[in-house]
Amino acid sequence: MKHILSVLVNNSSGVLSHVTSLFTRRGYNIDSLSVAETENKGRSIITMVVNEEKSMIAQIEKQLYKLMDVISIENLSNRDSLERELVLITVKVVREKREEILSLVDLFKAHIVDMSEEAVLMELVGNPRRVRSFIRALSEYGIIRMARTGTVSLPFPSAEDE
Amino acid sequence: MEKEARKKTSAKVMIDLLKKNGVDVCWGYPGGAILPFYDEMYHSDIHHVLVRHEQAAAFAANGFARATGKLGVAISTSGPGATNLFTGIADAKIDSIPVLFITGQVGTKDIGTDAFQESDTYGMSISVTKYNALIKDPDDVARITQEAISVALARRQGATLIDFPKDVQAAVTEVEEPGEFQIEEYHYKNPPVTGDLDRLIDALNRSTRPLLYVGGGVISAEVSSELREIVEKANIPVTSTLMGLGAFPGQHDLFVGMLGMHGTGYANKAVMECDLIVSLGARFDDRVAGDAKEFASQAIRAQVEIDPAEIEKRVHVDLHVQGNLAEIMPLLNKGIKKAGREEWVKRIQTLKEENPLVFNRVEGKIKPQYFIHRLSERTNGNAVVATDVGQHQMWAAQFYAVNKPRNWLTSGGLGAMGFGLPAALGAKMGRPDDDVYLITGDGSIQMNIQELATLKMYNIPVKIILFHNGFLGMVRQWQELFYGARYSSSVLTDVNPDFMKVAEGYGIASKKISKADEIEAGLDFLIDSKEACLLEVMIPASEKVYPMIPSGHKYEDMIAFDPKSEEGEPFSVIPHKSGGGK
Repeated sequence: MKHILSVLVNNSSGVLSHVTSLFTRRGYNIDSLSVAETENKGRSIITMVVNEEKSMIAQIEKQLYKLMDVISIENLSNRDSLERELVLITVKVVREKREEILSLVDLFKAHIVDMSEEAVLMELVGNPRRVRSFIRALSEYGIIRMARTGTVSLPFPSAEDE
Repeated sequence: MEKEARKKTSAKVMIDLLKKNGVDVCWGYPGGAILPFYDEMYHSDIHHVLVRHEQAAAFAANGFARATGKLGVAISTSGPGATNLFTGIADAKIDSIPVLFITGQVGTKDIGTDAFQESDTYGMSISVTKYNALIKDPDDVARITQEAISVALARRQGATLIDFPKDVQAAVTEVEEPGEFQIEEYHYKNPPVTGDLDRLIDALNRSTRPLLYVGGGVISAEVSSELREIVEKANIPVTSTLMGLGAFPGQHDLFVGMLGMHGTGYANKAVMECDLIVSLGARFDDRVAGDAKEFASQAIRAQVEIDPAEIEKRVHVDLHVQGNLAEIMPLLNKGIKKAGREEWVKRIQTLKEENPLVFNRVEGKIKPQYFIHRLSERTNGNAVVATDVGQHQMWAAQFYAVNKPRNWLTSGGLGAMGFGLPAALGAKMGRPDDDVYLITGDGSIQMNIQELATLKMYNIPVKIILFHNGFLGMVRQWQELFYGARYSSSVLTDVNPDFMKVAEGYGIASKKISKADEIEAGLDFLIDSKEACLLEVMIPASEKVYPMIPSGHKYEDMIAFDPKSEEGEPFSVIPHKSGGGK
């Protein structure tokens, strides 16, 4: 099952190594990983998407808590939360396919950022499912390069009230 | 100018803080990148013990910490000095022993350039420490040092490491006080008691066949006397892990010895027959619960544990209490009612009589089991015993009835050969008034045999029993049982050194015995010796450790010793009863 772990950490140089080494030694793969500073300068959020059994995730969460630079861990898969991902994607264009590609951009509410004779660079922010569908839809035109941020996520504040 | 005079080097700040935290002895080996630190050590009254290999510094600090409950400290230089420490770091981590490791590092400007004797000690130590830090700013030295000390000793204890670049060691700082920690409080303060405490007390009071399964946590938490009070009041038998030996008196009628792969038959049968098993500071590891699903599956399983990550890690438990045993044991004691449990206590005595430890005695030959049994009798289970790793370790765990906590020093989780000699050395330095024995083998001792020089140099009277069977015995046993007796690279026969001459070369008094009628004279030699001494005991190569539950199997699959399978006459011992012995 897919789990989204949101780990609040001290922004120190070794913290990412400490966190990922827990996965490495157990041979678990991290599907996506994103790290950036929070509103608090000394703190970062690591958002990880991991596909493992629930018991494995429970063990990882407990192990994470033992790391000195980890402040809190939230498994956002257990909560109603917003998930977003950004993809940058460059696709080959030939004249006769241009219209089709532009209509896909419209359909997915993506943006065209740059264009040349042979290629177009697009960006899309959306939930991970929409990002995956967009990539799939474009794949038949020939993806030249692609970069994804991985999922970031926060719980819905209104979910608490319901 | 006056202010200038008050400035200290950061190495001095660290040493002063160690001293302030009660550190008065440490083990280490100098080298280029740790020289500024050693220069300050020169003026310090902390006793620095020069070992002959950094791994021995790590194990000596480890043995000291196990035997005294105090923080152990080991020091090395960068690169090879640091990497040599690692086996000992991993050992302290997995057995939860409080040891602080201090490693020199190349100058901050050279880090990451593959400088001479550079290794990424910080990066490499991530998975074998509770806490590690690379100091870049001399003003951080005090805080980091105190954090590393506090974390090593707090909660589930363990290894911490400070990587200390040479230029930072020599740099002066005005910050001598640790100040505010940068780590969360729960890393160094005790956790609150949570979980099913009332239900556990209730289950214990209701149980007709309860069994306590104690581990190293009971020793770390120093709760042996509460344990004994509860056990005697409510007549609850006790079994122990390899790490927990000594937590409960070895010769007590309610003690059934070690459980698991090489546990006693009566301990393992008690596990199969109990209706409630309560783990106290133990972790259901694969040597105890080879088959995690089947382990004591007929019983209610309960776990009392300080580290939440150990709860539900391998074995599902029906009840758990999380917290420090030092707080929990008095609460248990208060809640647990007096009870006779005559039937269960009688059953335990029957299990002992029906399943004693058995080996064959052969005319003229020295059986290691018998030798350890006699050592246990003659020292009345009261000596400090360090072991190495292998068959001798299991025989010692079975036949030496350890009576007191912190008297049993063994590399339990890591199973590191080479642990014994330096660990015994560290223990003896921490407990100079107690007799310290090392039980080792001809394989293990050669992994740190150079430490005989340290014993001699500092005149540390460790009593060494070297079982010599010309094999890596435990490897041989597995090869005989599971690999068609193909002794692949486990034979030392005829290629071992002359251990008498080796001992003589290091200036250590030694004696060799090879016949059964020399056993008592051998023991006399050890007991009477006032200096470091080595007794070489020649034993048969074919001797095996029984009983044995094959790896990954359930307790029902336990293989008992069959006296008809070998020459000689069967000899039974039940070390775990009042008076001990046969």
